[in-house]
Amino acid sequence: MKAWVFGDNLDTDVIAPGRYMKFGIEEIARHCLESVDASFSTAVKPGDAVIGGRNFGAGSSREQAPEALKHLGVAVLIAESFAGLFYRNAINLGLPAVVCAQAKRIKAGDELAVDLERGKVSNRTTGETLECEAIAPFLMTIIHDGGLLPHLEKKLARPA
Amino acid sequence: MAATLAQKLVAKAAGRASVTPGEIVTCKVDLAMVHDSSGPRRLKPRLERLGAKVWDPAKLVVITDHYLPAYDEDSRKIIQIARDWVKEAGVDAFYDAQGICHVVLPERGHLQPGMFAVGGDSHSPTGGAFAVYMFGIGATEMLGVVVTGEIWLKVPHTIAMDFDGALSPGVSAKDIMLFLIGRFGMDGGQYQAIEYRGPAVRALSMQERMTLCNMTAELGGQTGLVASDEVTLRYLGKGEIWDSDPSAPLLARHRFNASDLAPQIAAPHSPANTRPVTDFRDKLDLAYIGACTGAKLEDLRMAARVLKGRRSSVKLLVAPASLRDQQVAEREGTLGTLVDAGAELLANSCGMCAGYGPHLLAANTVTISTTARNFKGRMGDPAAQVYLASPYTVAASAVTGRITDPRDMLA
Repeated sequence: MKAWVFGDNLDTDVIAPGRYMKFGIEEIARHCLESVDASFSTAVKPGDAVIGGRNFGAGSSREQAPEALKHLGVAVLIAESFAGLFYRNAINLGLPAVVCAQAKRIKAGDELAVDLERGKVSNRTTGETLECEAIAPFLMTIIHDGGLLPHLEKKLARPA
Repeated sequence: MAATLAQKLVAKAAGRASVTPGEIVTCKVDLAMVHDSSGPRRLKPRLERLGAKVWDPAKLVVITDHYLPAYDEDSRKIIQIARDWVKEAGVDAFYDAQGICHVVLPERGHLQPGMFAVGGDSHSPTGGAFAVYMFGIGATEMLGVVVTGEIWLKVPHTIAMDFDGALSPGVSAKDIMLFLIGRFGMDGGQYQAIEYRGPAVRALSMQERMTLCNMTAELGGQTGLVASDEVTLRYLGKGEIWDSDPSAPLLARHRFNASDLAPQIAAPHSPANTRPVTDFRDKLDLAYIGACTGAKLEDLRMAARVLKGRRSSVKLLVAPASLRDQQVAEREGTLGTLVDAGAELLANSCGMCAGYGPHLLAANTVTISTTARNFKGRMGDPAAQVYLASPYTVAASAVTGRITDPRDMLA
């Protein structure tokens, strides 16, 4: 997967601008990150990774922010830290968010492989392995189910 | 064992005698609030997919505030979904076009000290002013709450912000928050509980305390809290005292003297890009008094104190945060003062603050605003410049057409 790199405090208004919020996810995704990288929504490829610095996803509770990234095919988010609300939203939509203290070592265009359970990011471009925080097992269950909605669907169908 | 206010509230919701910061617990939700943007339009199709119903319609509050006034076919549809769905779901607590959810919720008596609540909006920590553990969640997570009545939580540590002394005339809760966000950054709260304490906080009215807790979102806390006291109980007419134990362990304690604080300005494009007002002389095109953060009754009164007998030299837009606040402001003459100063009134909704509706900022427009966020492109064109300030400072700046220290006009 190819890395797209952004800075600190990448906010939800930049990821999913409010003025498009009345539309469906397809239209919102077309404007994803456009004020900082006009080419992003057309150039990003399914399976790519989006890298942030500190406080990735600061701002709104709108889950269209992680949803737009997921809609464009982004497979994983990696950042030094995430805004708590955005982090919960990403997981609930089945989009893994990996906390990685060394996220800033990743450069735009680097080829990555991510092991979510072990919390490791292998940078195939530089050859280095970055130690990250593993995603908590109960959250991995939600991700494996494809998000909270399918997770609830499963639970409601087969009550524990 | 000594516990913080946050721990006590979480323990109660988790049905436990005590909880430890860092552990994961499941909490029962006393109240869930949604608005038209994050609420019915996103809940309805998902509930249908699950074949599920609202766990307890008496614990759900629905408030329309984002797509009002409806300005096109899409926004009319979103509002109509909310109106139809509350009937279908059996939700009685529906406030339609009554104002912004964070202001309407306590105004209509839905919050009581000791509760555990979630809101489908990032400014939901506003409820913490009432010693309620309240935080924002997204629409899918809200679906989980609405179906199960429960939510998981990592028990937070508490960061105490202690303010000694007293705020100077012309300095407000908004200045405290801009100062803290500038000082600690937008992730300073580390998604923990922020507790605002000390004599300067105790001296604040409930709506000013709401401003503190509201902007905990920009400080990066999960929730912001003020312990309940006689001010809370007087406002609510009843309630319990909920407070931290004095010896409860804290993640950090920061101590400030409120008397030292000057009015603050957050320059484009971040609420953390903050310096004292005296550092600025920028020329303005527009002044905006709006939002849950900055257009409550108390905020309108602050602006009126500055604008009394003066005229705005730039376009001045005022969107009172709730209909009830607007009516009180009208009766007491506050609204008249604003209109006499040249203010144009907008609807009691989120409006420009969230970049919703027809009033979007044009490219290169320079605006001073009582709102909470000046992210690039949030209020309109990405090239629009938004400065955040208190209602006092926005009013004083509207008069001169430049960013202006309100203390000079209150003397």
